[in-house]
Amino acid sequence: MGYDFRDPHQLGPTTRCLWRARAADDLGECALITAATDLLLAAGEGGGIHIPTMDEFFPPAIAFEGTIFEFNRVTFVRILATVVLCVVFWILANRARLVPGRAQSIAEMGLDFVRVNIAEEVLGKNHARPYVPLLTTMFFAIFALNITGVLPLLNISSNSVVAVPLLLAVASFVAFIVAGIRAHGVFGYVRTTLFPSGVPWPLYFILAPIEVLSTFILRPATLTIRLMSNMLAGHLLLVLFFAMTHYFFVEAGPAFAAVGVVTFGASIAFTVFEIFISALQAYIFTLLTAVYINLSQEAH
Amino acid sequence: MDSTILAQVTGNIATIGYGLATLGPALGIGMLVAKTQESTARQPEVAGQLRINMFIGMALVEALGLIGLVAGLMFS
Repeated sequence: MGYDFRDPHQLGPTTRCLWRARAADDLGECALITAATDLLLAAGEGGGIHIPTMDEFFPPAIAFEGTIFEFNRVTFVRILATVVLCVVFWILANRARLVPGRAQSIAEMGLDFVRVNIAEEVLGKNHARPYVPLLTTMFFAIFALNITGVLPLLNISSNSVVAVPLLLAVASFVAFIVAGIRAHGVFGYVRTTLFPSGVPWPLYFILAPIEVLSTFILRPATLTIRLMSNMLAGHLLLVLFFAMTHYFFVEAGPAFAAVGVVTFGASIAFTVFEIFISALQAYIFTLLTAVYINLSQEAH
Repeated sequence: MDSTILAQVTGNIATIGYGLATLGPALGIGMLVAKTQESTARQPEVAGQLRINMFIGMALVEALGLIGLVAGLMFS
């Protein structure tokens, strides 16, 4: 019968005890490492924290699957926001009084903000008037579509997929080209945009391509991507914070509740931040449209 | 005895690329806003004009960061 050091049953009592202690220690250490690793890898393993991906923005279709009229949650939110916006302004316009009530005052404050602080400040009092309807529509449409990102049950901004921002950017693109053509004529607009005066002529070889790129490609592209990426990043952040809160409170056990409190506080803070961003993005988009209209109107 | 993985990094290197791409625009926007704040403090009466110019500049500076975001989505 062989003597095996590794078999605790064949050792004396003291040695056996030591062995057990060491084994138990190893086991404890092992368990600790495993727990930590599990926590770190929870992201990649399906269970645990739900990490948001791009699939968030392409939910399964509700109706008309496979056709170009495919209807999903994002499309539904988009149509809902549009209908609510139209109904609200229709009711307010129908009930407009000389002495405004509470709701009418708020609406007038918003409309005044776009007219005075965006249109008239950028374009000047005389030139602003034709563009006020466009800018007002843009501002309130973008704000209504952005704010759905933080409304309970809707929880997604339809500006976080590229379609609506692209449409709005095309509207802005057409508006500033039309404004330029109105002010200078087709030939005059191209000349003032691509060949600004007061530059020695050899520089036009460098300047004209840069102007084409920045005016006709980068302007609409950045308008689109700025709006889309802000809404997309905001949604991902909110999903991440809510998922982490859920994980730390429900699944990770009582020891992690303190971390859960932190993530919950962060999720509230970021919701407020998202409301601010919704209004800010609507403001920036509208302001830049006004600025672009102004730049194509005035001669260089 | 099988090895235990203590920590591992998975995912796309484009994430790091985007992190680098934000450095320049971040500095640019920081300078823009800081200078606009300084100028507004000196001459509060032209605050509106300064703010508009700030947004024009911001649109140009931010374009680089936005291109970084799109590049990450395009090439991954």
